[in-house]
Amino acid sequence: MNRILVSIKRVVDYNVRIRVKPDGTGVITDGVKMSVNPFDEIALEEALRIKEKGLAEEIVAVSIGPADCQQQLRTALAMGADRAVHVQTDAVVEPGSAAKLMLKIVEREQPMLAILGKQAIDDDCNQTGQMLAALWGRPQATFASKVEISGDTAQVTREVDAGLEVLEVDLPAVITTDLRLNEPRYVKLPDIMKAKKKPLETIDPSALGVSTVERLKAVKFDPPSQRSKGVMVKDVGELFTALRGKGLV
Amino acid sequence: MSKILIVAEHQGGKLNAATAKCVHCASQIAGADIHVAVFASDPASVASDAARITGVSKVITVAHAAHANPMAATIAPQLAELAQGYSHVFGPSTTFGKDLMPRVAALLDAPQASDIMAVESATRFRRPIYAGNAIITVEVVAGTQLVATVRTASFDAAQSSTSAAAIESAHPSATLPQHTRFVSVSAARSDRPDMQTAKKVVSGGRALASADNFKILYQLADRMGAAVGASRAAVDAGYAPNDMQVGQTGKIIAPELYLAFGISGAIQHLTGIKDARTIVAVNKDPEAPIFEVADYGLVGDLFQIVPELDKLIASSN
Ligand SMILES: Cc1cc2nc3c(=O)[nH]c(=O)nc-3n(C[C@H](O)[C@H](O)[C@H](O)COP(=O)(O)OP(=O)(O)OC[C@H]3O[C@@H](n4cnc5c(N)ncnc54)[C@H](O)[C@@H]3O)c2cc1C
Ligand SMILES: Cc1cc2nc3c(=O)[nH]c(=O)nc-3n(C[C@H](O)[C@H](O)[C@H](O)COP(=O)(O)OP(=O)(O)OC[C@H]3O[C@@H](n4cnc5c(N)ncnc54)[C@H](O)[C@@H]3O)c2cc1C
Repeated sequence: MNRILVSIKRVVDYNVRIRVKPDGTGVITDGVKMSVNPFDEIALEEALRIKEKGLAEEIVAVSIGPADCQQQLRTALAMGADRAVHVQTDAVVEPGSAAKLMLKIVEREQPMLAILGKQAIDDDCNQTGQMLAALWGRPQATFASKVEISGDTAQVTREVDAGLEVLEVDLPAVITTDLRLNEPRYVKLPDIMKAKKKPLETIDPSALGVSTVERLKAVKFDPPSQRSKGVMVKDVGELFTALRGKGLV
Repeated sequence: MSKILIVAEHQGGKLNAATAKCVHCASQIAGADIHVAVFASDPASVASDAARITGVSKVITVAHAAHANPMAATIAPQLAELAQGYSHVFGPSTTFGKDLMPRVAALLDAPQASDIMAVESATRFRRPIYAGNAIITVEVVAGTQLVATVRTASFDAAQSSTSAAAIESAHPSATLPQHTRFVSVSAARSDRPDMQTAKKVVSGGRALASADNFKILYQLADRMGAAVGASRAAVDAGYAPNDMQVGQTGKIIAPELYLAFGISGAIQHLTGIKDARTIVAVNKDPEAPIFEVADYGLVGDLFQIVPELDKLIASSN
């Protein structure tokens, strides 16, 4: 069966103003709105579009993390994923461990594509997809802004510093999404009801034979240094004079 | 003692400034022995540039036709092989490095620290998380090889030196995969300075309202010798190409002067300009959040202000 694996990470919503705990042990996440990582919504949307074109038959959403991740998996099911796999753990899961866990699911599900977000907006690591591709021994097309499947290859346009790069990769492959790949659909209420009946499987990391050891430990968290408040100028002339004074124009 | 391997980034036979920034970062680890690896179809000129960066003690070249267009899938297995015996493997936090380094880390079964912005010791680094709204200090477990990407906006380029390091060629035995093929890359079309190294950047947001209107920013930028940037909203709307996007998911820049016209100042945009020395914001909304970070703020219509500023600069030159 032509299957697509999509990862769904639970993160602090992008609209939340993040604050560091006064004791420096983390950021404040109590009572904060949590959402699907925006890049993962884009990953799922792309999978849905590929399926709607008749190029895939099943979409499996995977999340790794604590019990609450099931909320985001239900959102994914409501968006249109066919079933969900939750690797449940309260441990800190570094990208390396997330990739190893994902590989186990890949080996079991044998997908034609694994689509991940290019980065999670909490830790901003930008690692997991590339690591999965390496461990799987398969191609990676990261930062994708266009994906075209034909037969057993995919042509992927990537957003790179120079502009746009196009790669051709053999399937199966890993793709990571950039923001302009697509605009995710909204979830409709009836779909939320239907999603409750879709299968959601829970697995323990130890059952997959992967230990989630931490090799890069958090020592402390600090707020970023603040820029000192500037001045308002009243017109262009004053702006020009100020910049000229600093030798900037 | 720390032994650090840095992968060089280059285009058109020239070393990219990001490499010298990585060397500067690596040289902050006490007693580090720093080597640079160059993967290219013909590495000679890049290697001789790299050999003249202060702090580099050896340059290792890997010449192969497959490296004519650098791809993570082909470089990673060879870089992982060269990386044996190094305590740290660094690359720049550009799209080249972001794509490549995690693939290398996975092959080495090493953890990766992304976007390091400060070095505290050989095992301790600071990096931004949550779009730069928090800074985490991470410590790698002793004796563990570490892969990292270096946030180039946080480090000046290491100076070039008059003496050159030794250049050696290597022939890694790792087989190159055939499953990934380069098709094309859009040619850099501009003779304006590169945004990531430019001293001045003129940037526009959704308020520009069309690709055509962006011309007033290009004109001002050319007058000032500046690069041109854009917000995500402007790029999404097609007013500017994607390589101009500044921010969390675009480019992180640290120019001496950043001029923001018609940009509201969303957190994700501000992440990209936090290290700019002087920020100027022009916005018709006095409540726009961009004014909270601006050194100079001016409330008004950019369509009047940009031409006026352009005229003032022209008449004073
Ligand atoms: C020092 C430290 C302490 C931490 N403490 C905690 C903590 O106490 N509690 C906590 O919950 N987290 C914690 N984390 C976060 C957790 O470890 C991150 O999930 C991990 O670092 C992955 O980073 P990333 O998500 O930025 O990866 P990226 O590589 O940026 O992610 C890219 C993509 O990979 C996929 N992906 C990554 N992780 C998952 C996942 N878990 N499930 C599904 N898809 C995924 C997504 O598609 C994502 O878009 C901590 C992280 C660090 C570094
Ligand atoms: C996961 C994620 C990642 C993101 N990454 C990025 C990123 O990398 N970079 C980025 O920029 N954004 C990013 N964004 C988007 C960001 O949240 C904002 O939506 C975006 O920056 C807004 O762009 P803007 O300021 O041009 O538009 P707007 O917010 O619409 O602001 C336009 C401004 O122009 C002003 N204006 C209008 N007309 C005039 C005039 N004639 N003269 C003067 N001022 C005028 C208005 O007062 C307003 O303040 C990201 C969002 C998400 C969710």
